[in-house]
Amino acid sequence: MRIATIGRFSLGIFVAGALGLGASACAPTGKSSSAAGLLAGDAATRTYVPPGSYDEYYAFLSGGFSGQVTVYGLPSGRLFKQIPVFSQFPQTGYGYDEDSKAMLNTTFGFVPWDDAHHTEMSLTNGVPDGRWLFINGNNTPRIARIDLKRFETEEILQIPNAAGGHASPFATPDTKYVVSATRFSVPIPQKDVPIDSYKQNFKGTITFVKADVPGKMDVAFQIMMPGYDYDLGHAGKGPSDGWFFFTTYNSEEANTKLEVNASQADKDYIAAINYKRAEECIAAGKGKKFGGSYVHNYVDPATRIAKSETKTGVTMLYPADCDGLVYYLPTPKSPHGVDIDPTGEYIVAGGKLATVIPVHSYTKMIKAIADKQFEKTIDGIPVIKYDAVIAGEVKNPGLGPLHTEFDGKGNAYTSMFISSEVVKWKLGTWEVLDRIPVYYSVGHIMIPGGDSKKPWGKYLVALDKIAKDRYLPTGPEGSRSAQLIDISGDKMKMLLDFPTMGEPHYAQAVPASLLQPGSLKFQKLADNKNPNVTTSEAGGGITRTGKRVDVKMIAIRSHFAPDNLEGVELGDTVYFHVTNIEQDWNIAHGFAVFGSNNSGITLPPGETRTVRWVPQATGIYPFYCTDFCSALHQEMQGYVRVSSPALHVPLSANVSKVSQTQLGRLPAKHGEKQ
Amino acid sequence: MATQMGTGYLETASVPVPAMLGTVAARDLTGSLMPNLSRALTVIASLLLVGLFFVPMWRVQLVAPQYPEGLGMRIGVSYVAGATPTDLANINGLNHYVGMKHITPDAIPELHYMPWVVGGLILFGLLAALVGNRKLLIGWVGSFLVVGVAGLVDFWRWEYDYGHNIDYAHAIIKIPGMNYQPPLMGVKQLLNFTAVSWPDIGAWLAFAAFGLGVIALAFALRVRAAKSSNILGF
Repeated sequence: MRIATIGRFSLGIFVAGALGLGASACAPTGKSSSAAGLLAGDAATRTYVPPGSYDEYYAFLSGGFSGQVTVYGLPSGRLFKQIPVFSQFPQTGYGYDEDSKAMLNTTFGFVPWDDAHHTEMSLTNGVPDGRWLFINGNNTPRIARIDLKRFETEEILQIPNAAGGHASPFATPDTKYVVSATRFSVPIPQKDVPIDSYKQNFKGTITFVKADVPGKMDVAFQIMMPGYDYDLGHAGKGPSDGWFFFTTYNSEEANTKLEVNASQADKDYIAAINYKRAEECIAAGKGKKFGGSYVHNYVDPATRIAKSETKTGVTMLYPADCDGLVYYLPTPKSPHGVDIDPTGEYIVAGGKLATVIPVHSYTKMIKAIADKQFEKTIDGIPVIKYDAVIAGEVKNPGLGPLHTEFDGKGNAYTSMFISSEVVKWKLGTWEVLDRIPVYYSVGHIMIPGGDSKKPWGKYLVALDKIAKDRYLPTGPEGSRSAQLIDISGDKMKMLLDFPTMGEPHYAQAVPASLLQPGSLKFQKLADNKNPNVTTSEAGGGITRTGKRVDVKMIAIRSHFAPDNLEGVELGDTVYFHVTNIEQDWNIAHGFAVFGSNNSGITLPPGETRTVRWVPQATGIYPFYCTDFCSALHQEMQGYVRVSSPALHVPLSANVSKVSQTQLGRLPAKHGEKQ
Repeated sequence: MATQMGTGYLETASVPVPAMLGTVAARDLTGSLMPNLSRALTVIASLLLVGLFFVPMWRVQLVAPQYPEGLGMRIGVSYVAGATPTDLANINGLNHYVGMKHITPDAIPELHYMPWVVGGLILFGLLAALVGNRKLLIGWVGSFLVVGVAGLVDFWRWEYDYGHNIDYAHAIIKIPGMNYQPPLMGVKQLLNFTAVSWPDIGAWLAFAAFGLGVIALAFALRVRAAKSSNILGF
């Protein structure tokens, strides 16, 4: 988001620059020589996954301002699924049905949207393990956990005492913690103060969230930081395990026209946080009880119904109270990415307005701390001398270095937002080895496992903020774009463009073999502990509690049972509890009722969903299956009669003719009561 | 192994032990006893049948465009089951379109008594080998043949019933003249499904056991024939 904003606000400089470069880079390809043709043919072979064959990698792309996550295959770029996370999703009913609504609860009430930013795979020993995918919501700071057996959002934790959760949800090497740091400093706790009292009143927080037990994410502790903007973060690994690094900008503490005012200082900082030290300080009672309410939403594993709980209070650490907790590493010009190489030694910063890529050394940092090579102290945080911590600088890498990933073979790849290219360089010698233009204005880049201890260094995906003329035009607002680049050889090769949903802010990818075998085929009906489950043809019915009417029904090819409902009165609120009793992979049904002010719902096999309906007038209301399920899908329908209360129509729910047929053919002991 | 077994049985009968397989047992003065090779083969054959309690005898696989992974049934001495825990229910779910009966294992009485029949065959075989009486062996092979043929006929009869006993009054898809009987062995197209039916490991064990029984019998009769012109050995 931030990057897109820069692009839009600075059209005169950056975008025009990028376009110029794009146009010139396009020209040779346009006049396609036979060599270009050969290259294109080669790329086609490399990305072609024949019909019915599988991709090599699962890629999870952030949906940016769509609030969701999309799942793609690599190298084909085929879209498999959109996983709803922070935004309502009428395609499935997520955020609309009674089961998932609670996932979007916050202390601000029901928040049906967020700006999703960074995807982060759970890690074991610093290597992606395929258990969960985390993603943060930036606007109303939240962290979500997506289960990778179901590819469904199962948990969302709100982050208290923060406004804007951008440096999030990066994980420690064993996923003990995921983090969130404030993008926007505000008064903490919140206070009604003049905006220009920023320097006195505004603060940032860095939050460590306990993340290793599903359904139990919670704030472990927070650190009160100076009022800068905290941008990105990454955990140390190997020798630097136990440290977390965050970039900051606006160390000028400007509160207006940050575009200019936050770009004055020669250097901002990387905050190096020793979280093992934080644990020690908390154990020693140096943490302070601090207020702040937040909501934790999670899917109950038995009922599959989302629950919300509001929590109050956190443990707050102040750097001044816990020496050795935080150090600042001076880093040129509003750094964005802070990326730790697979060995854990190098800390690469993407100083987006800098002319070099600065690389800090973990070893030098530890020595500088021991030698007290500090230039000053800010709010109890020692600032290490630049020369004492810098390992090297990549000279003339390009314009607008943002984010770096690694191939595990000693090379680093950095995205250049302004010059719209990806630059490959060598760790240790800092020499630029190769560069390739991307279209256009690349933000993050992603190599499968490229931010972990063990990159699968075959492909790189450039996540572009704008696509402009790359696809057939679709009006003023076009798609964003991802580009697949082959990095297996000395020279990078562009293989494929594919459009994305929302903004592909960041991504993670892992080999298909890590997820494919464990992917759930259907919910076992026997394990469905939803209190409103109906497990058999004749098990449904209709009941009334005051003005509330509950309808329990099953869906199976190709009918609902019951499918004729009477006795609903105008003024009632009706809850349809529909259970798909299919026990077969991919056999889903849907449910929608005429004139409903709510979303339709889809019903995965073996699952129960509840949808609320308030009829607005008397009459007959058809309902039907919305997910084309079978040859007789069109017949899968029923009726609800809504009557005037004066008529006193008795409640009734039938069993359909079709299901009676089925029941009639069952032997007595299976027949149940009809 | 076979030698030891043979030895054991002979010891039980307090009879000297012959050194070689295939020689006529020492006590076989009248020609009514089985050669040791036959006894050993009969024991092996009987023990092979024990496997029927652990592995399926028949497999039916149904593959359709929408079911590339297929739906499967496994038929054992005491059960009809899906290849996965949900396959049988899914097959029943699909069968309702054409008006077929639900396949409900509890409603198939053969599944209740077949284990006793197979158990009886095993005991009978072991008894024949233990006693070493040729008539018993003939009786065993004969009853094995009867059980096997009856089992296959019965299986075919059930398939016929499921395939032909259609509830046309309520069937959703009615195709006059169409039956949905799966093949006993082989491949058959049933609307969009290709039904493939073959013996599973259990059936191969039974075939092998029967084959060994026949060899045992043939050997017993050959040895007898060599000693006597009464080819039946009675």
